[in-house]
Amino acid sequence: MLLRLAPAATLAVLAGPVVLGLAFTLLPAFGFLPALGGTDFSLDGWRMLFAAPGFATALALTVGTGLATTLLALILAAGLFAAAAHRPGMARLRRLIVPLLASPPSGVALGFAFLAMPSGWLVRLLSPWATGWQVPPAGLVTVGDPLGASLVAALLLKEVPYLALMLFAASATVPVERLTAAARALGRGPATAWAMVVFPRLYRQVRLPVFAVLAFSMSVVDVAIIVGPGNPPPLAVLATRWFQGYDLALYYPAAAAATLQFLLVVIAILLWLAFERPIAALHRRWLARGSRSRVPGTAAEVAGALAGLLIVLGLLSLLAMLIWSFAGSWRFPAALPDHWQLALWRDEAGGAAALAGTSAGIGLAAVAIALVLTLACLENEQRHGLHPGAAVLWLIYLPLIVPQIAFLFGVQVLLIHAGLDGTPAAVVWAHLVFVLPFVFLSLADAYRALDPRYAMTAAAMGAGRWRVFLMVKLPLLARPILVAAAVGFAVSIAQYLPTLFAGAGRVATLTTEAVTLSSGGDRRILGLVAVLQTALPLAAYGLALAVPFLAFRRFRGMA
Amino acid sequence: MNRLIALAVAAGFSAMAALLSQPAVAEGERDWQETVASARGETVHFNAWAGDPQTNAFIAWVGDLARERYGISIRHVKLADTAEAVTRVVTEKAAGRDKGGSVDLIWINGPNFLSMKEKSLLFGPFAEKLPNWRHVDRTKPSNLTDFTIPVEGYAAPWRLAQVVFLYDSARTPLATLPKTVPAFLDWAKAHPGRLTHPHPRDFLGATFLKQALVELAADPAVLQQPASEATFATVTAPLWAWYDALRPHLWRGGQDFPVTGTAQLAMLTDGEIALAISFNPADAAVGIRKGSLPETARVYVLDGGTIGNTSFVAIPFNAAHKAAAMVVADLLMSPEVQARAQDPAAIGAVTVLDLAGLSDGERARFAPPPDAVGLPTNAELGTPLPEPHPSWMTRLVAEWERRYTR
Repeated sequence: MLLRLAPAATLAVLAGPVVLGLAFTLLPAFGFLPALGGTDFSLDGWRMLFAAPGFATALALTVGTGLATTLLALILAAGLFAAAAHRPGMARLRRLIVPLLASPPSGVALGFAFLAMPSGWLVRLLSPWATGWQVPPAGLVTVGDPLGASLVAALLLKEVPYLALMLFAASATVPVERLTAAARALGRGPATAWAMVVFPRLYRQVRLPVFAVLAFSMSVVDVAIIVGPGNPPPLAVLATRWFQGYDLALYYPAAAAATLQFLLVVIAILLWLAFERPIAALHRRWLARGSRSRVPGTAAEVAGALAGLLIVLGLLSLLAMLIWSFAGSWRFPAALPDHWQLALWRDEAGGAAALAGTSAGIGLAAVAIALVLTLACLENEQRHGLHPGAAVLWLIYLPLIVPQIAFLFGVQVLLIHAGLDGTPAAVVWAHLVFVLPFVFLSLADAYRALDPRYAMTAAAMGAGRWRVFLMVKLPLLARPILVAAAVGFAVSIAQYLPTLFAGAGRVATLTTEAVTLSSGGDRRILGLVAVLQTALPLAAYGLALAVPFLAFRRFRGMA
Repeated sequence: MNRLIALAVAAGFSAMAALLSQPAVAEGERDWQETVASARGETVHFNAWAGDPQTNAFIAWVGDLARERYGISIRHVKLADTAEAVTRVVTEKAAGRDKGGSVDLIWINGPNFLSMKEKSLLFGPFAEKLPNWRHVDRTKPSNLTDFTIPVEGYAAPWRLAQVVFLYDSARTPLATLPKTVPAFLDWAKAHPGRLTHPHPRDFLGATFLKQALVELAADPAVLQQPASEATFATVTAPLWAWYDALRPHLWRGGQDFPVTGTAQLAMLTDGEIALAISFNPADAAVGIRKGSLPETARVYVLDGGTIGNTSFVAIPFNAAHKAAAMVVADLLMSPEVQARAQDPAAIGAVTVLDLAGLSDGERARFAPPPDAVGLPTNAELGTPLPEPHPSWMTRLVAEWERRYTR
């Protein structure tokens, strides 16, 4: 009975906050915010937004960095896949990107900022022997550049591995070998063959993840605070700043900015969809012409090489933070710290453990709820022979495609009315909105693919439905369930804006602390927090892989 | 046995002293005992700017002390900008939450203090009733008047701040550094890209502009009055002329700025810039001590003097734990905590107390540690210049954004 309610409950968790939140963001954008005395329709919020210093630049930055990141991420991820598809090192590559997949965008961005800045690690590694620089060059502009190039780069460090993983998952459903073999038999190089026949099929399946990347890149706040331009920043940062500013009159333009952010993402997705057709047509013409040009193959190889370079940079970023957490002092232009110390880890152990505890507690709670809902939905689906369509998939992606800032403000208004703002429960709930889609998406395929004969055999032996569920399905699915849990946990650890808004600034996690410290002067403590930010989700992944191995050693032959 | 007698005698004396003292004082004393007793077991949500890990660690230390002494827990609500906490109180007031508010204590001064005091968002007056108020140096104008606004007991002082400029004496000798505001222009021309200031949205960035204004304004006395449309335009004209000339020679051509003062310090350590403004005269000593600045870091003040002010803690009108907040405010003013704060190993914050009024033992705690490097002397710091009325700061920041954010 309860099971029948699972889809409705899941829908309420996913769509409820998004829809209600959007509504309560939209109202103040047009002057309605009774708590502050706004009871009349007004366009003042929009006027203030358009008149804000640097508004036009902020708008251009939002659109430019968002589209550039998405387009480059897709090309590089595809290139990586094309270049790696015919190379045996692929499995090793997948292991290499695990730390990048696990670590929060803010953690990677912190490391990248140190890597790329004019006094950063890359320049240090080359100075003074190659550059002659005893002090950092004054003319070099990298992190925080006005065009947002470093913001795009920092986002790519996370998004390329993510899309590569999505492509990899999608490739399981496409006969890659057969398709490329056919194209290669016609005399095409491996990378060209992949770009010709495999990619178009995979693309259809990763379209929603691509939109998630688009929405995320256009509206990201934490990464933009860390490496993005500041004067002016992109729109989402501007809106966050106004929401948090001391001038309450700024709530109206902030709500207008959040609404505009939503419209921008919608327009960008529509634009993207509009361009799909002509590009597909071009692709068909290219195939029909039977061109033997080497350009596509070379382009794919170059993109693959760039993606490889990006992964190296990403891993170096994580390593840089680890080194900083053990550095006593590390002055320009030394390639490594002048002094090492363990004292920081000892002195900060208490505070760091408290932060890690809060983060882990919130993550585990959100993951537990998400798992229960997901499993209930999937089990309900199987018992009633349901086949959810594309609309359901869109609904699941909803929280990932609507920009966070656009509905979190409204959510905060609701939470304040309910007197729940700043409570751990509110934060767990806000995280759940983002954890649930990832848990569902990671688990659904494995659950649906489980051979029904196991359940039938058990049922034939007299086991009831719950007994089959608990004693047969769950143990058989232990690994995918734990992996889904680890994915959800990593998503929770990464949340910045939901923690900030639902937590009312009173719930501190590793990620909020990292962003707060990113404007501070001590890179060693920042390093320590960033290391924990990565270590926690990595440990979850490790457990997800180790636990079934240890628990089910007896059944090794089964998986 | 002897100890028991001594205790009995001491108890007798204190009972006598209590009988002999003014009834009002005794009452105040009793009130305070009641406050302390009712505060036990409470948690104070201390909303404080958290951009500096040393200060965060210090607040954590005060938290341990408060738990040990008074059974009070301090929860440091870490703010990137004090205005966040002000907004929270304003929102709560708008939502009708007149008690049980989420903010118990705020580290505050300047425009935020004015804004809360003007809107009657502060509890009080309470500061002058706190037992440790008697130690506060009332000859320091900034302890009684915050940015020209009389404090009147609505906030308790806890640390002094004065503008200094940090530099690395090994890279840049003091003799070569600019000692007046106009001289910054020539220096920046000679060292392009090596000078910057925090973004004026940050209080320290705004302070950079204020410091320049105080020296460049034809009549600085005007700055003690609230700014009006008319006075602002005329008084700040020389500042903008100077800044327009200076900006192209700043770090990144004055197109971008470090977000905060601490971010600027990291740039000084990295050698990206050669000069950094700070509000803590002990910043060099503190940075050397914790290893974030080179041993050769030093501070100096301008020939014409620099702006100084006092940091306060205030209690919102709807705070849920007022008694505990008062006990923490009092603890922050205690000689023990003040001495610890002034130690460069902690945060190097100059005390708000009048050392002459302390006992010898208490005073000795304030002596700088013999191994302290980079601490300026009182003579080097000179008398701090008064802060302009907060309206100047607010307008300066808005005008700067209007002019330079494209």
